[in-house]
Amino acid sequence: MRWNVDVRAFRYWAERRDKSPTPKLMSLDEAVKKFLRNGAVVALGGCLYSRTPMAAVHEIIRQGFRELTIVRNLAGFETDLLLVSGCLKRLVTSWCSPGYAWGMSRILRHYVENALAEFEEWSHLGIGLRLKAAAMGVPFLPTFSMLGSSIMEKLGIAEMTCPYSGEKLALVPALYPDVAIIHASRADTYGNIQIDGYTHMDKDMAQAARHVIATVEEVVDSDEIRRSAERTVIPFFCVDAVVEQPFGAYPSECWGRYEADFSHIASYQKRVDEKGIEGAKSYVSENIMGVSSFMEFLSKVGIEQLLDRVRAFRNVVT
Amino acid sequence: MLLHERNYTRSELLTVMTARMLEDGKTIFVGVGLPMLAAALAQRLHAPSITIIFEGGVIAPEIKPGMLPLSTNEVRAARKAVMLPSIDDVFFYQQRGYIDYGILGAAQIDKYGNINTSVIGDYEKPRVRLPGSGGANDIASTCSRVIVSTFHEKRRFVERVDFITSPGYLSGGNTRREAGLIFGGPYKVVTDLAIMGFDEESKAMKVEAVYRGVRIEEVLDNMGFKPIIPDEVREVEPPTDEELKILRSIDPDRVMLR
Repeated sequence: MRWNVDVRAFRYWAERRDKSPTPKLMSLDEAVKKFLRNGAVVALGGCLYSRTPMAAVHEIIRQGFRELTIVRNLAGFETDLLLVSGCLKRLVTSWCSPGYAWGMSRILRHYVENALAEFEEWSHLGIGLRLKAAAMGVPFLPTFSMLGSSIMEKLGIAEMTCPYSGEKLALVPALYPDVAIIHASRADTYGNIQIDGYTHMDKDMAQAARHVIATVEEVVDSDEIRRSAERTVIPFFCVDAVVEQPFGAYPSECWGRYEADFSHIASYQKRVDEKGIEGAKSYVSENIMGVSSFMEFLSKVGIEQLLDRVRAFRNVVT
Repeated sequence: MLLHERNYTRSELLTVMTARMLEDGKTIFVGVGLPMLAAALAQRLHAPSITIIFEGGVIAPEIKPGMLPLSTNEVRAARKAVMLPSIDDVFFYQQRGYIDYGILGAAQIDKYGNINTSVIGDYEKPRVRLPGSGGANDIASTCSRVIVSTFHEKRRFVERVDFITSPGYLSGGNTRREAGLIFGGPYKVVTDLAIMGFDEESKAMKVEAVYRGVRIEEVLDNMGFKPIIPDEVREVEPPTDEELKILRSIDPDRVMLR
């Protein structure tokens, strides 16, 4: 069976988890080391350049994990970085591009067209339903999406005739990531996670995964979470690690905090335009391998640039 | 095309013609780029009460001229929205029947309105890997009416797409319904030369109108297959000064009107 939808095994894992409210604050270095493995299925939260867990992506690259399957609904420039660093074997997504301004990724094209990496394509809702099925603890969810398409045919998605209505439906198999990594607005030390603005697919992803690492803009007191419980989207018992990392999505945006830094992505793209893969590798060696932490990377970016993005966010919302 | 004789570009023409297709009071699923401009333009002209819906999870944003979002899931895309649902929920509204129109682009489109935005050539080892479906497959599968908005070029209009990312009428006739797609389907194909629809029976693409000054031969010369040409083909008025003025004011830096 191509899809691992062994709901009993995944449920067993959840049942055996330590669900006591214990403090889970740790360093990013420690969290990534503890929960990632070579060959793991890693789901990245956010969407395109919104709340990309970029600090964690840097750490994965720095620690040199291999053969990863990366799951992301709309994948962006982080895919390039993981590819040229030799971390990524298979991308499970509905769409991948550095963004509207840059069109198709030249790096991704090279890897996929030469069969150096796999591009497993689903529809956008297809990715959503895979994670939602796992989050619900069921082996599949039905939809009309993807029926009749080559996506359905290439993936070998099963269809059925509904016993109640007689309608034909595509059955989207659950996807249980080994690790989900999300970047959120805030959490307490126990891992009650709050997300401002778009939630994307982060809630389902966290609920579906075996382990969850949450990097957050700020760690707050539990009383603050309890005063605004309506904003909590992931409860502590789903979470394994909480890492405080301000600007942890940069150069992606984080709602309520800072807008994306397109000038940074553009400068990366310029390297790729000029030197292809070597250009992308030079970005990685200077900004990821050449620094000891994401904080050091942010220092290289500079406080002025970061504050400029904070102001940009305020300009958009006002 | 003798563009130098006209006071508008191909992208402006395509955007205006797409905007004209949008009915007031309807909900419109749009992506960034020209579809978003078309919806924003329609809102400022004949359709002030259309509701824009973005895939990233946005209902009824107000597009601020000169501050256009570059994705459907960023802060700018959510400006003054009434709700930020999850991505799944946006597609559920659509599957449920709440989204009237979806606007799609196409790297390749065939005579039954099937769209490819995935691969040119072989799937496993493609000649060209394209960005992929995103929400396009979902829109093509479950939106009530799909408008395809694309430039009229031979390399785009092909006899058969290499890969059906987003299903149109599949092999024509009743095949879309037989595949289980019980609603929706391509409604119009809007290009920079013509407006096309689909034959009721065969579901093959049919030229319905050409823009004033465009000859039918020009339409055919820029297609890799022969669409149905009915006896009467309407002629459409070119973009008005008002349409162009408003459109240019929405994208003054020409971020999307490239």
